[in-house]
Amino acid sequence: MKTIFEKSVAGREGCWPCEGLAEEAYIPTELLRDGDIGLPSASELDVVRHFTKLSQRNMGVDGNFYPLGSCTMKYNPKFTEVVAGLPGFTRLHPVLPQLQGAGGLCQGALEVMYETEHLLSEITGMHAYTLHPMAGAHGELTGVMLMAAYHKDRGNKKTKIIVPDSAHGTNPASAAIAGYDVVTVESVNGIVDPDALAAVLDDEVAGMMMTCPNTLGLFETHLPKIVKMLRKVDALLYYDGANLNAIMGKMRVGDVGFDIVHLNLHKTFATPHGGGGPGSGPVGVCEKLKQFLPISRVAKQEDGQFYLDYNHPKSIGYIAPFYGNFGVVLKAYAYILRLGGVGLTRATENAVLAANYMRKRLDGHLEVPYDRICMHEFVASAADQAKKGVRALDFAKALLDKGHHAPTIYFPLIVPESIMIEPTETENKETLDHFIDDLIEIAQLVDTNPEALQAAPVTLPVTRLDETKAARGMELTDDL
Amino acid sequence: MIPEDLLYAKSHEWVMVEGDIATVGITQFAQEQLGDLTFIELPEVGDAFEAGNEMGSVESVKAASEIYAPVTGEVIEVNEELEDAPEKVNEEPYGDGWLLKFKIKGEPEGLLDAEGYADAINAEAD
Amino acid sequence: MPYVPHTEDEVREMLATIGVDSIADLFAEITDDMRPKSFDLPEGLSEMEVVTKLEAMANKNATDRTSFLGAGFYDHYIPAAVDALTMRGEFYTAYTPYQPEASQGTLQAIFEYQTAVTRLLGMECANASVYDGGTALYEALMMAVRKTKRRKIIVSEALNPIYRVMLESYTSNLDLEFVTVPHKDGMTDIEGLKAAIDGETAALLVQNPNFFGSINDFTELFTAAKAQKAISIVSSYPVLQTLLKTPGDMGADIAVAEGQSLGLPLSFGGPYLGIMTCTKKMVRQMPGRIVGRTVDSEGRTGYVLTLQAREQHIRRQKATSNICSNQSLCALRAIVHMSALGELGMKRAARVSIERAHICADRLTAIDGVEMLTKGPFGNEFAITLPVNAYEVTAKLTARGVVPGFPLGRYYEGLENGLLVACTEKTSEEQIGIFAEMLKGALR
Repeated sequence: MKTIFEKSVAGREGCWPCEGLAEEAYIPTELLRDGDIGLPSASELDVVRHFTKLSQRNMGVDGNFYPLGSCTMKYNPKFTEVVAGLPGFTRLHPVLPQLQGAGGLCQGALEVMYETEHLLSEITGMHAYTLHPMAGAHGELTGVMLMAAYHKDRGNKKTKIIVPDSAHGTNPASAAIAGYDVVTVESVNGIVDPDALAAVLDDEVAGMMMTCPNTLGLFETHLPKIVKMLRKVDALLYYDGANLNAIMGKMRVGDVGFDIVHLNLHKTFATPHGGGGPGSGPVGVCEKLKQFLPISRVAKQEDGQFYLDYNHPKSIGYIAPFYGNFGVVLKAYAYILRLGGVGLTRATENAVLAANYMRKRLDGHLEVPYDRICMHEFVASAADQAKKGVRALDFAKALLDKGHHAPTIYFPLIVPESIMIEPTETENKETLDHFIDDLIEIAQLVDTNPEALQAAPVTLPVTRLDETKAARGMELTDDL
Repeated sequence: MIPEDLLYAKSHEWVMVEGDIATVGITQFAQEQLGDLTFIELPEVGDAFEAGNEMGSVESVKAASEIYAPVTGEVIEVNEELEDAPEKVNEEPYGDGWLLKFKIKGEPEGLLDAEGYADAINAEAD
Repeated sequence: MPYVPHTEDEVREMLATIGVDSIADLFAEITDDMRPKSFDLPEGLSEMEVVTKLEAMANKNATDRTSFLGAGFYDHYIPAAVDALTMRGEFYTAYTPYQPEASQGTLQAIFEYQTAVTRLLGMECANASVYDGGTALYEALMMAVRKTKRRKIIVSEALNPIYRVMLESYTSNLDLEFVTVPHKDGMTDIEGLKAAIDGETAALLVQNPNFFGSINDFTELFTAAKAQKAISIVSSYPVLQTLLKTPGDMGADIAVAEGQSLGLPLSFGGPYLGIMTCTKKMVRQMPGRIVGRTVDSEGRTGYVLTLQAREQHIRRQKATSNICSNQSLCALRAIVHMSALGELGMKRAARVSIERAHICADRLTAIDGVEMLTKGPFGNEFAITLPVNAYEVTAKLTARGVVPGFPLGRYYEGLENGLLVACTEKTSEEQIGIFAEMLKGALR
């Protein structure tokens, strides 16, 4: 499909008719640019048609089952868009509450933040939250910075952070960017093993980052023991909330001893993923870490007025220009209010039910290396099929031809040819059955017609793309 | 095929020593493991390394790997053609796909001969 | 239950397939000692009740004030097409394009976004965006540190202070040295910056127009940086960049911008859009997603995420950054916004904004005791000094219905009487008139 630039005709008008004085009237010409910029020049209809057509070259939850493991592609309720689009919120300038006497002009927005922080605290059993981190990975970085601030305050000399081998790649990256050395602990039977942990745990460990259930979809049964071991060396336990949707209402990470947690509002709390963002990654902490949270902090006066509090001398400072992705927070807040405590727990239960149902139905057709009760997702392996020339990648592409988005593949790294399936609670049984039937059919084709699988997809706007050419050629823009 | 006339580091670099000049590349085994290379990051002429230091990296679409200096010395020449044609390393890892040349300081140490390297690869494969 | 489709019969059937008696059995591994000590959440509400509640909260926000607030975040008009197109479920309920064949819409849109911002800033490469303009600056700084292997950063004090405090926090655990070169009456001190650059300098950070609205040409400054092999980084304002000399023409190595002004509502601080562009030489250091053009097995044009070997799912702790997403929907809004306005519309919006700001500056400085702080050329934002404390005047006027701007004393000692005033194409001459009259009254 041609780009909007290729469809442009110089001089064609967009949708802005009013004209100001030429810029030369105000700004000396040596400070101005010359010539055309090369921005699109198309009629409004042409623009509408172009982007409508582009949208039709995408799969999304609204149109397709999207069992992308670890990403929680559940249904995004439409009414949350209405809420986030209310002019009373969208028109608010972020510096407004910083002006003297203007806090009164944004009480509603400050209340949303205050209430959301308290709801998240109750859901996870943490003492306090910041909503500032703008994505999960940003939450991780904030969390690791909080660890650093805690140890610095205590006069601890800590240099290392432990990360399990099943962790998301962002965990070690976040730890490294905050200045720590990363130590990997290997899993035994798919979960963190206390003996393996003991072998790498010492006084220099600042903390450990865990995902629970982990990326294999398995619950970390040694958790209480791990907490005790870390406490002994004054190391903090960090909870990567990517999989909170598997335990919400069944366990609170604060109660079991996690010190820091980041949540992914776009996963657990159903805000749309937007093609890769914006997300929101609030960070919760236990009581002793509250003093280090980023500023500003939203607070409530005795008269019920909300205000921004900047007076936290031990704070790690500013990790966002303002208060995080407020528009995303609003949607998550609306979602929590809609579901309530019972609804959130039901969401958890049904996510786990669906994953186990699919896991069991797949039994005997595709290997499931850790074949026991899983949480909200499970990992299958196409290692056997790969020996016959059909890899996890081919399974993924064949599923696209069947109208499903593919599961996550080649992650976690500890399962070869992994296929990670997360159905979520919002998909009906017919959809789950349909997907499994298709997956079984594909598995059967491995022996009878592997070429067809290797050639997939054939029903989409493009077939497999040459990634080597893309990386070598580096064509990153539509050159004039 | 592992050329007999070269020396090898366990981290999969080969070295050809001529007087105090060492030409360095990555092995056939290494390029096969990485797949189609898309980018090779090399040090600049004049940079000095101790044997075992990280001196650059090679990237394919799905993998990246560090390259380590197999000898101690100063870089005197880099293969500039690789900037536009990284595929040369895939095509001729022991020929046109060489990476750089060192002026060696002292004697090369801890390097393997062809047989030793073959054993090392086999051990890794197990 | 909302959004859960299963009937009781279906649940029973599924449990039977799994081979357990109840849903509780699925959670048996969470032993009693790990169960919640409390889960005291409100009861669920109907959709209508939630919307009503949130409408009431929205109404507690007074958005009917006439506002001259900017400070890097501007209320530009957003064409209706932006919402209509970006709210299509195919776009906003998709995720990161891991399966390119099923994500050509998102990928091509990002490619077009990369093209547009690259042209706007006169640079060679762009990534698919990061969280916001401040994060973009931090990531740019880290690119320079990696590239030069040096640790000294020169920052102009006329760079947005909201970003300067972010940089300070982000880098607090890293061994970097910051040298801040003071502003001169709101002007970027080019000579001072030049003098500060030396052979140890990794990066030079400046902003155009600067925080006070002043427009500069940094060509000479960047040439001086280049001579010391330091990396020049400039933070830009995309709307004005349709008219101003580009960072590329000035010789910048990296140009970043807050993209909020390209079709994103102010929305109390986010989600926004961190635009990152650079020269080809720097692209390997750039973090985040990047889309590239290629062909499929039939030779048809298509798009993929590329240069992924820089990223954390391959490099883990050696990745260029921990950022593993982009503000994709915001980037989509930006490219749709730029397309809907078109090249001509974008330039017109900038021209009208500049014109209004100059009318406003004339009206305000006609008042006794009100003077321009900055003496040079400006665009749609300018700094004035009042005869009294700007904080107090702001409070007074805000109570009367006009938010007059941003009091500079919040970040700049000695500028307690300074006020930063912004206009956009949405600012009417009538509003400017009311503002001027009100200010005159308040100063009397």
